[in-house]
Amino acid sequence: MHLAPLPSLAKQPSADHLLHRLHQLQEHHRYIPAETLAPLAAELGLPISQIEAVIDFYNFFHRTPRGCFDILFSNCTSCGDLALMQQLCELLDVQPGVTRADGKVSIDQTSCVGMCDQGAAALVNGRTLTKLTTEQLPQLTALVNTATPLDAWPVGWFSVQDNIRHAGLLINDALPAGAGLRAVLQTDADQLLAEIKQSGLRGRGGAGFNTALKWQLCRAADAPEHYVVCNADEGEPGTFKDRVLLTSFAQQVFEGMALCAYVINARHGFLYLRGEYRYLLPSLEATLAEMHATNLLGENILKQPGFDFDISIVLGAGAYICGEESSLLESLEQKRGVARVRPPFPVTHGYRGQSTVVDNVETLLAATHIAVHGGQWFRDHGTAQSAGTKILSVSGDCTAPGIYEFPFGISLQTLLETCGGLDAQAVQVGGPSGTLVSREEFGRKLAFEDLATGGSIMVYGAQRDLLAVVRNFTHFFAHESCGFCTPCRVGTPLLRKYIDKIAAGHGTAYDREEMVRLGKLVKRRSHCGLGQTAANPLLDLLEKFPQVCSERLLHQDYEPFFNLDAALATTRDLTHRDDAEAHLS
Amino acid sequence: MSKIRIATTSLAGCFGCHMSFLDMDERLVDLLEHVEFDRSPLTDIKHCQPCDIGLVEGGLCNAENVHVLREFRQQCKILIAVGACAINGGVPAMRNHYTVQECLEEAYLNGVGVDNPMIPSDPELPLLLSKVHPLHEVVRVDYYLPGCPPPGDAFFSILSDLLAGKEPSLPKAMLHYD
Repeated sequence: MHLAPLPSLAKQPSADHLLHRLHQLQEHHRYIPAETLAPLAAELGLPISQIEAVIDFYNFFHRTPRGCFDILFSNCTSCGDLALMQQLCELLDVQPGVTRADGKVSIDQTSCVGMCDQGAAALVNGRTLTKLTTEQLPQLTALVNTATPLDAWPVGWFSVQDNIRHAGLLINDALPAGAGLRAVLQTDADQLLAEIKQSGLRGRGGAGFNTALKWQLCRAADAPEHYVVCNADEGEPGTFKDRVLLTSFAQQVFEGMALCAYVINARHGFLYLRGEYRYLLPSLEATLAEMHATNLLGENILKQPGFDFDISIVLGAGAYICGEESSLLESLEQKRGVARVRPPFPVTHGYRGQSTVVDNVETLLAATHIAVHGGQWFRDHGTAQSAGTKILSVSGDCTAPGIYEFPFGISLQTLLETCGGLDAQAVQVGGPSGTLVSREEFGRKLAFEDLATGGSIMVYGAQRDLLAVVRNFTHFFAHESCGFCTPCRVGTPLLRKYIDKIAAGHGTAYDREEMVRLGKLVKRRSHCGLGQTAANPLLDLLEKFPQVCSERLLHQDYEPFFNLDAALATTRDLTHRDDAEAHLS
Repeated sequence: MSKIRIATTSLAGCFGCHMSFLDMDERLVDLLEHVEFDRSPLTDIKHCQPCDIGLVEGGLCNAENVHVLREFRQQCKILIAVGACAINGGVPAMRNHYTVQECLEEAYLNGVGVDNPMIPSDPELPLLLSKVHPLHEVVRVDYYLPGCPPPGDAFFSILSDLLAGKEPSLPKAMLHYD
């Protein structure tokens, strides 16, 4: 057994979660055999079609066998290195995406695995490899070929560092366990809500919705059940702060969930953890057990009669879209992670149609601190519309990638000075769905009023090919589109096609214009935030770095999307022809 | 005033779009006051002369399709991709799930009832492209007339707009198929 056992969801109304059962089947068989579906459907009381849809939706589930060692290289611009993947493929004699004939190994790409401060990174059977280098590939090859269990691989390969470079309000002060709950139980829920309101806390996932208002709306909602969901599906490339918070401050995050539960009268909460962070499960489970043992969770918390609250962890399976709150709720409900139509919003119609608060990991951590220190303590930092501090994940071309906590309002320039990224020609703020910022704009402030970010700061040095960066992002969105709405399902692959054509040197000015027209359409017509932001990197690049694209354009009216003569090669061979009519110029 | 010249052709299509073109019915008589046809199945002219509007049905499945499309692009001021196959590849593009070798082997070597199995080789027969492509992947396309087929009203609308010198715009009812 290579992996940490999955958490039991026995406390949840439905005894077992489909995603966990599929993770188990995938692990056991290296794929999900068709004959396991009917028994599983009967056992869980779900339609087979729903189970099949879920298998096909999530990247970590497969219908055909993967290798005994299934190695997924991150393709993120910060923690990915596909040249390494190519080298390993050659060493192991594997084609990317195709399981080796002896069934021992398969190698493929995956979206950002959240190790941007310690790449190159990969997942092997769900476990995270960090700081991969060319030098270790021969040894890795030998370990795979000799079928050495992962537990016997060098331990250091799996080590994940916190890399906290600059601490502030939230990561500076390790609060004693239960401090937030004790402070609040001395007063009442109204008082806590008032403090949160006073603090000006806004959601840390990126959208910045007022936290007190969200809790208040949920509390006021007339529903039989209320739920708290902690969104730890940190999938935006370049973001890894939640990884660190859940590694070193998990107790305070869970406490934040309990505080929210106290306000909204929830009896149950979920931590939705991205599949890439599966290695965190044992420590998170241990934290939950510890909190149970000390009466910070469970029944009559801290002897407060009727204050019952429990937390279950649900593990995702490789789907960026599940970071969108309504997709996350669908996933929690054992369905494909397709974004819901909003309104109604989760505060009134969330998990199982009940009123639900979905908050980011960092938001809940902040709530715990605010419960202890008061709203004003938090409000005293930051800017008018962005109170407090922001925990930033800085990666890319800088000397000290890692976690930086600064008050809102800090300029990009100051951040770059601190992290050693002054050589940057551009910074992607907020991940691919955010904003590409050029050197001239480095004076801009990180705050909801100017540059909003969920935490991702990717630095691109002077040597970087920005077209390659934006092409990477465009491929990312095309891959992660959930397929529900046409503008995104069809539009994102078309954008990919255009940027590939331009990057390959076959694009013309006409292609660029068509790409912009299409990009605006995808942005305007898509159902959820994924499609609405998918064209941002492209449009930003063309606006701020027009020469990066124009210098690759052909000076002609039109160029086909593919090589016409090469498209006839197979039929030329099959018919043994080489006459003039068998060629296209 | 000289008449507007229109050319039409069907590449990897089924001529369904041309049939639908005829669904303009009696409006065709009025239309002919203003337009005349160049290369088209309606005239049997084999090669395009300079034209104002080219209507191309069907996608690109072989080398000859590419030659015809290029001739249209060269001769027509305005080129319109007509119907699902011209715009997306349509039904012929269903072969794109297989290699062209698999397709030819199924048709000429392994298919049920094949007599004297061999893949034909004759300079008269255009070679198949490895995949079926929509028009805009090989030439610049000015307008798209969607539908399978586009209704006769849609043909009338787009041609009326162009004849009036207006940017064509189809009302939602003509783009709504279910």
